Amino acid sequence: MFPFNFEWIWDMSHLVFMGGLWFALNILGLGMTYCIIKAAIDTSKGKGGEHS
Amino acid sequence: MKNDQAKKYGMVIDLDKCTGCGACMVACMAENNIPFKEDESNKLDSITWMRVYQLTNGKPYPETDICYIPRPCMHCEGDHGHSPCVSVCPATATDYSQKTGIVSQIYTRCFGCRYCMAACPYHARYFNWWDPVWPNGMEKFLNPSVSPRMRGVVEKCSFCFHRHQLAMNKAFVEGRRELEENEYQTSCAQACPSGAIAFGDLNNPKHTVNQLAQPDNAHGGQPKNPEVFRLLEKLGTNPKVYYVSSREWVRRAGDNYLKNENPGKAH
Amino acid sequence: MDSALIPKGVNRCPLSELILKLGPVVAVLLWGVVAMFMCWIKGLNQTNMNDSYGFALWIWADLTVIALGGGAFFTGLLRYIIGKDKLKNIINFAVLIGFICYSSALLILAIDIGQPLRGWFIFWHANVHSMLTEVAFCLTCYFMVLTIEYLPLILENRQIDRLPFFHNLSHNMHEIMAVFAATGAFLSFFHQGSLGGVAGVLFGRPFAFREGIFIWPWTFFLFTWSAAACGPCFTIMLLKITERITRKKLVKDDVVDLLAKIAGWMLTTYIIAKIIDTWYWAMVTAPSLGFELTDFYSNNPFYGMWILILEIVVCGIIPSIILISKKGRSNPVSFMTAVVLAVLGACVNRWAMVLQVMAAPVLTFEGWPMYYPSWQEVATTLLPVAYGIILVALSYRYLPVFPQEVELNPVESEDQGGKAKKAALSGAEVSPARA
Ligand code: SF4
Ligand code: SF4
Repeated sequence: MFPFNFEWIWDMSHLVFMGGLWFALNILGLGMTYCIIKAAIDTSKGKGGEHS
Repeated sequence: MKNDQAKKYGMVIDLDKCTGCGACMVACMAENNIPFKEDESNKLDSITWMRVYQLTNGKPYPETDICYIPRPCMHCEGDHGHSPCVSVCPATATDYSQKTGIVSQIYTRCFGCRYCMAACPYHARYFNWWDPVWPNGMEKFLNPSVSPRMRGVVEKCSFCFHRHQLAMNKAFVEGRRELEENEYQTSCAQACPSGAIAFGDLNNPKHTVNQLAQPDNAHGGQPKNPEVFRLLEKLGTNPKVYYVSSREWVRRAGDNYLKNENPGKAH
Repeated sequence: MDSALIPKGVNRCPLSELILKLGPVVAVLLWGVVAMFMCWIKGLNQTNMNDSYGFALWIWADLTVIALGGGAFFTGLLRYIIGKDKLKNIINFAVLIGFICYSSALLILAIDIGQPLRGWFIFWHANVHSMLTEVAFCLTCYFMVLTIEYLPLILENRQIDRLPFFHNLSHNMHEIMAVFAATGAFLSFFHQGSLGGVAGVLFGRPFAFREGIFIWPWTFFLFTWSAAACGPCFTIMLLKITERITRKKLVKDDVVDLLAKIAGWMLTTYIIAKIIDTWYWAMVTAPSLGFELTDFYSNNPFYGMWILILEIVVCGIIPSIILISKKGRSNPVSFMTAVVLAVLGACVNRWAMVLQVMAAPVLTFEGWPMYYPSWQEVATTLLPVAYGIILVALSYRYLPVFPQEVELNPVESEDQGGKAKKAALSGAEVSPARA
């Protein structure tokens, strides 16, 4: 999973496969981080709530 | 002296010599600390790395003939080490060694998904459905060179790899890098009273196995000796266990053939 | 009692009635939980699996729920990427079903492995050449996607939505949902495929083995395709069952019709591909390995030829013909039949690709081993079903799962007829479909 795992080899299969995995995980992670931070900012600006 | 030539340890079993006595199975159980249950009659959940099957030609008397066929793990090479079971293991818990040709099994890393069992057409892989229970006092007589396995992992014949390690250690101490043929032998090969099992390096022309099977490495290790065959040759598993038989029906029982397929193809 | 939690403008049965009705389901759930712990504590000897059936009921259930849960990714793909906007009215339900299916699949896998505490090895020591690794990775990631897709729906619960932060969060998540949906579609394509690959790459098992392109055997594509075809059918089937139980129309017919039509075309193309694949396998692949088609079926009533006919003709050709014809879709009986058959087809296909692969002998001197599941296996397989029912019931009760419900079932209560109508309208506005 990580380059420091001893079965890791720097070959095409690892790059493609793990590249895909980390790419997907990053999209999800960054996407959620963006949503949460933006929600926090919006909230502090007084947006949202019952009558928005 | 350098150890640069890759070995390909393999086995040649002479089915005309095998009497079906089962000594190889017993020797294997003892050598490799194989757990057993009180009732071993259900062969679908008991562990036998080396298992002797009985075959019959299905003909009525007086043409009835039977044959016993010992089946260890075939240590399939597949296509360049792409053995059926190794390529599927998600946790890299089983591996094909390019140095020895042995398919290893790392018990402490296997998490028991059993995908490798699904992949092996020879049923050479066994799952530990239970934790091993040794009869009172038997722990003292377990083989210290082989780790016992816990429940929930898969195990299989290792070609007594611990013996290879011990032999290599000894050779290293003596300043050698190569093993003599008799320095590394599997337990079953040594136990067989009729000498049906030969074990050695298939790449080494001096070894019995090479002389018997005459493997053709250019063609996926296919035997050149017409009396030698491998189980399920057509699947491309490229096993390293060869069988010898002078009987045509036995050789044919080693693989699947279409109804109208030319029997000549079975060597 | 819990009226404050129930979405505005909809009618729900009293809480006591719900609890009473869910009683038996909870009992099944508990039974499953007991069996699950037995398997974890005592080990897999609690099952009837054996060395010939290393994969059995559980893996079948796993493959099946994942295939049927494919409705979520495919509907998401159609809605967010291809732009079939109408499907916004069913996407929540599809996501909910997907979430249930995938969480169940992960749970079953956690019970199925011999050393559950080592489950993380599949990530840590990953063998990138194994189809199962790909399955595990994509499955876990896609489960995250489904959670992300389901989360806004939870946040839209009336009480949670009142908190500004959660309101904003769900709003923001809706805004970039297409990104998540695209990631989900990408992941789904691979893990649905890899599940097919799991069987297809077994070159030691001629019943399962298929040629293919590059590293992917044909089953890779067939599985993805069939999940895209049968998954939506499963969503529709469950929708109809939910409608029957709640005695309400929850999604408009044109929405269902659109999804069914697309699923019908997917099924048609799938079944054509499947027939070609089966034909090629029976005529070329298997004979080259020394097998005739009948070798895989004869000898055993459990795995007789009927299974192939059931899968391809009854559960493949028939439903696809019904679903692509307008007439077939507009007749409720034929429509329901087709949907159920398509779902059954996916189940039968996965059954054959798991159980029959194990059963069909490869060595000439072996026979067909038999297997029937132990009660522990059955209970743990029913556990996700019970859990699914409960989650659907609770989501339906407390979350705005069906944006069209208010419009389709105006609440005409005595005292607040007008108010309810108003609520209905505003309810529709804050529906999850707004994104
Ligand atoms: S016989 Fe089975 S376990 Fe042994 S190497 Fe071949 S496929 Fe693997
Ligand atoms: S059972 Fe163990 S050795 Fe076999 S594939 Fe799974 S993790 Fe690998």
